[in-house]
Amino acid sequence: MAPNSAVRPWSAEHGGEIIARHDGQEGALLPILHDIQHEFGWVPDEAVAQAALTLNLSRAEVHGVLTFYPDLRRAPAGRRVVKLCQAEACQARGGRAVTAAAEAAIGVLLGATTPDGEVTLEPVYCLGLCASGPSALVDGRPVGRLDPAGVRRLLEAG
Amino acid sequence: MTRVYVPGDMAAVAVGADEVVAALAGEAAARGLTMEIVRNGSRGVFELEPLVEAQTSAGRIGYGRVSPQDIPGLLDAGMLDGGEHPARIGRPEDLPFLKRQTRLTFARCGIIDPASLGDYRAHGGWKGLERALATGGQAVVEQIKASGLRGRGGAGFPAGIKLETVRAASGARKFVVCNADEGDSGTFADRMIMEGDPFLLIEGLLIAAYAVGAAKGYVYIRSEYPFAVRAMERAIGAAYAAGFLGPDVAGSYFAFDLEVRVGGGAYVCGEETSLLESIEGKRGQVRAKPPLPAHEGLFGMPTAVNNVLTLAALPFVLSEGAKAYADFGMGRSRGTMPIQLAGDIKNGGLFETAFGVTLGELVDDIGRGTLSGRPVRAVQVGGPLGAYFPRALFDTPFDYEAFAARGGIVGHGGVVVFNDSVDMAEQARFAMQFCAIESCGKCTPCRIGSTRGVEVIERIIAGERRAENLELLNDLCDTMKLGSLCALGGLTPLPVRSATTHFPEDFGLTAQPEPAE
Repeated sequence: MAPNSAVRPWSAEHGGEIIARHDGQEGALLPILHDIQHEFGWVPDEAVAQAALTLNLSRAEVHGVLTFYPDLRRAPAGRRVVKLCQAEACQARGGRAVTAAAEAAIGVLLGATTPDGEVTLEPVYCLGLCASGPSALVDGRPVGRLDPAGVRRLLEAG
Repeated sequence: MTRVYVPGDMAAVAVGADEVVAALAGEAAARGLTMEIVRNGSRGVFELEPLVEAQTSAGRIGYGRVSPQDIPGLLDAGMLDGGEHPARIGRPEDLPFLKRQTRLTFARCGIIDPASLGDYRAHGGWKGLERALATGGQAVVEQIKASGLRGRGGAGFPAGIKLETVRAASGARKFVVCNADEGDSGTFADRMIMEGDPFLLIEGLLIAAYAVGAAKGYVYIRSEYPFAVRAMERAIGAAYAAGFLGPDVAGSYFAFDLEVRVGGGAYVCGEETSLLESIEGKRGQVRAKPPLPAHEGLFGMPTAVNNVLTLAALPFVLSEGAKAYADFGMGRSRGTMPIQLAGDIKNGGLFETAFGVTLGELVDDIGRGTLSGRPVRAVQVGGPLGAYFPRALFDTPFDYEAFAARGGIVGHGGVVVFNDSVDMAEQARFAMQFCAIESCGKCTPCRIGSTRGVEVIERIIAGERRAENLELLNDLCDTMKLGSLCALGGLTPLPVRSATTHFPEDFGLTAQPEPAE
């Protein structure tokens, strides 16, 4: 998976094409929202309106689904997205110190994006790498056996 | 041509397996060596990843914890013929950690090429399906009932009874749904099967679908598992091309379609009714039961929802017979359980064994204690909704009833080890906080109770009227346990109460009465 800078700017025409690909699929809304985000990096309000119209739902219903799932974004993320595991198995292997080091290194807390739009730091609750933690997902790439120095190198790598 | 295996498993890639493959391919080209690099699943010995194996005349020889810088030296040492090297571990199957296991479900994982249908068949694949198609749906249900297999997702409900209920239910359509939303921290068995032996899960789904009369199935995989999503999609494509999915499965006129759905990062979607809502394209909010999904499930139709490991056990039950499976285990926990050893443990990984092994054997003997070298203080079994066990309870055998009798759960088989630096009051606070973050919001005890729980525990930690606040916490735990719609709110009291009961000193308390049941 490429950094978020690889995503395309929103286009209604292209958004419509993505939604049309799911024609006939039962329960298509979540797959549609995933595809929209995969293409554009986030789910703009125009896409919500388009999906609602196509699926014969109210915009409120689509909004409800969009805001339920933590993966889905209503605003673009930073150029890089770094997800740090906060769950118990990583805690037991020193995960809290890794998170603290990451926050200190780039000066933002979990859930925030650096002011220059470079890095979004997010929590994730388990990547299933629980015997190789502390773990992270960096632009979709898994990283294990992290320590404070390791996560600092990761964030500096750019 | 020499075959070299380098796992494509997400946990192996997380510690450099892709870089090892690049170094190996580059060095091979430079030296004019021809080799076939297979991206197998992981054998589940994560301490040794990346574990590189060369196919030699003496079997597969492994080299553990290989880095890209090691590759020239390994090739100089004759790795392709099993040559001596400090990283050489010999035949992986001779490692005590693997030798002591009883791998029924994980028999192929880490051994075969997960992308190869030929490998799958050559290692005994499709035999269970063939037996199922030959005996008929009712006989399949009877076999599964006789095996004693219970749902491996956590609830432990008898799998045969569930399938029988769906088979007997009437509906215009029926579905089978695989719950691959493996959100419990400390668990990775579902992920390993999907990445390392995906056709096994497809075969299990086909058997379940045939037994209940379903023509459509879904595999709901969490988004945190991108490798598993890719592996399942690739395997489903190959199974369609080979006639194992589609209008005429394996020439039987039985029709079955299978689709992958990806979650949205919500833990609660591992709860079966929330998962069904999510597949329907809705918010993943829990449904009240009854009706059970077996009667009114996906799109209102009879639906069998089963965990990956439950479905992945079916091919063995069918091909080897119910008795062969039921001969393993203890009490009402029959067969094997893929246990996952995680956290601060030296020898972490996937350990499939018959029910009955004790927690102490798993942690001290098989897991060889902590990685950090510090003493073990607490072990959380069964994910974020599981109890914390102190060393005093290490004689508890791995068995659904034995764990329940000690105020815990087996859950999905995750074992997370904590050393003596752990602050159990903080772990209790985290349990409530996790519930607050992940609550779907439908029922009040979970939605509000979890937030109040965080506050009360914070007051106890701060030393505010500790005894009174502890009583309040106990009362709140009762409300959540008895009043929540699903296991998220209903089981969050387990880790909290196990912490206050077994580790009262971390809450600034000297003694703590047993919580009223």
